[in-house]
Amino acid sequence: MEMKDIKEIVVISGKGGAGKTTITASLADMIPGKIIVDADVDAADLYILLKPEKIRGTTFTGKGVAVIDNERCISCRRCLEMCRFHAIVVNGEKYRVDEFSCEGCTLCRLACPVNAITMKERIIGEWYTSVTEWGDFVYARLKPGAENSGSLVAMVKRQAKLRAQEKNIDLLLIDGPPGIGCPVISAISGVNLAIIVTEPTYSGISDLERVFQLTTHFKIKSGIVINRFDINLENTKEIEDFARQNRAPVYAKIPHSDCIREAISQRDLPSRHCRQLAEPLVDLYEKIKTELEGI
Amino acid sequence: MIIAVASGKGGTGKTLVTTALALSAGECTYIDLDVEEPNGAIFLKPDIREEIAYTVPVPVIDKDKCTFCGACARACVYHALVVIPISRSTVVFPELCHSCGVCGFVCPVEGAVRETHREIGKIRKGNRGSIQFIEGRLNIGQPSAVPLISGITSNYITGENGRLYLLDSSPGTACPVVETLKNSDYVLLVTEPTPFGLNDLELAVELVRDMGKKAGIIINKDDERQTLIDDFCRRVQLPILLRIPYSLEIQEAYSRGIPLTEVRPVMKTQLKDLMGRITDGRW
Repeated sequence: MEMKDIKEIVVISGKGGAGKTTITASLADMIPGKIIVDADVDAADLYILLKPEKIRGTTFTGKGVAVIDNERCISCRRCLEMCRFHAIVVNGEKYRVDEFSCEGCTLCRLACPVNAITMKERIIGEWYTSVTEWGDFVYARLKPGAENSGSLVAMVKRQAKLRAQEKNIDLLLIDGPPGIGCPVISAISGVNLAIIVTEPTYSGISDLERVFQLTTHFKIKSGIVINRFDINLENTKEIEDFARQNRAPVYAKIPHSDCIREAISQRDLPSRHCRQLAEPLVDLYEKIKTELEGI
Repeated sequence: MIIAVASGKGGTGKTLVTTALALSAGECTYIDLDVEEPNGAIFLKPDIREEIAYTVPVPVIDKDKCTFCGACARACVYHALVVIPISRSTVVFPELCHSCGVCGFVCPVEGAVRETHREIGKIRKGNRGSIQFIEGRLNIGQPSAVPLISGITSNYITGENGRLYLLDSSPGTACPVVETLKNSDYVLLVTEPTPFGLNDLELAVELVRDMGKKAGIIINKDDERQTLIDDFCRRVQLPILLRIPYSLEIQEAYSRGIPLTEVRPVMKTQLKDLMGRITDGRW
């Protein structure tokens, strides 16, 4: 069987709470033939709206964590002095590893003169495949406090692609994490289009600029959605000016509406629940469709 | 006293709350540790007096000394080094490096692995009245916020007697948040009464409990018809310390970088009282 080229759209925002999940869920309601992915692994909320079924979970292990065998330890302080993450804790004569600080580099194990340190496998989360009314859905849950969220994001995307190939589907719709760090870099890596959701607040504008620099840095095509555009029209104009200067399209302007909050409270999709949003959302969908046809 | 403000879900109002706390406290140090998207300066409008480039050590390979044995690449769990013996090259990927020092430790040749400094972000310092302002700002394209956060907390939280530090955290529950909470005495979790807010609050509570931190809840965009956060807090026995009403007026002011204490001056007393109770250990 010939493999289809899988296209990927990611929804990101820089600033948290700008409306990524609202937009992703609404697009999921309109775009046919896709796999839905939640790549915001340390605050995965999309499942709340999509109500997945036939969930199958698989644990995900990250870098190991060092463990000190106190029977063997001769309290020479070597590990303590060498660990750059300050992860070795001494309590009287007892040496132990602070799991929240250990990054699994293995330097202490290599440096220990009596082989008292071993590396223990560390489960950092779980990823799930599932089925929803809107298509197959792949998501994950990072164990709170865990490292390597970027690698779990990569895993979720890889699994979604495998599923897409199996089912001969050629599109991934990805809900991304906030920020500009490793999980975001992992989420946008290799995508065809990034939809940046922003809001007309000074914070929103600042975060938009930074995340737009990030997509530019990685040469990823991006367009903007201004959510709750009418809460500050002056700022909305500023975002539009920014878009123009940077030759980024503004795909949609979504008005503020208490209905979105209400929809989410009832675990319903904003696109279904809020008639007043139908027009801008359909408009957004049409633009994305055209954009994808051009890729 | 070090109070960290975290949230799980993004956009619930961490910066709104932290800057309002700083403006109510009188003398304190506000530290913006949401280094990926720092926004505290928008509300506090500090006079920035100093900007420091923050660097981390990364390996450089001395080509004349390297024997291309591959020991460093095998030992690096982050895959930040690749050795290609056939073309006599050792390549370092600095973005993947965690600065752990393993490569230098395992290298059999004296001096073949040295370390150089690589800038990953900026630290900006300034003042707004009696508030000392410190901000971390991660460079674009740099994946890890953790070294910048730990660099700031270890250098600027001096533990000066009685001084109040307010740490504005990044959203989520992953490693940057852990790094921020690690040094704190108390964690304020800001949430909103929606299923998203609750879901992410549950994760944040799991994290603070795992870390053995004391915590209290602030409900932003409060709506008395929505009691899901109240129910959860009762179940896990966490105090609700403050409610900020759902108000377009506050949101509109927020959009222009106007602090909460200016839109609702009465909240100053409430916030001051809240910090007082935390400092006294009453919460």
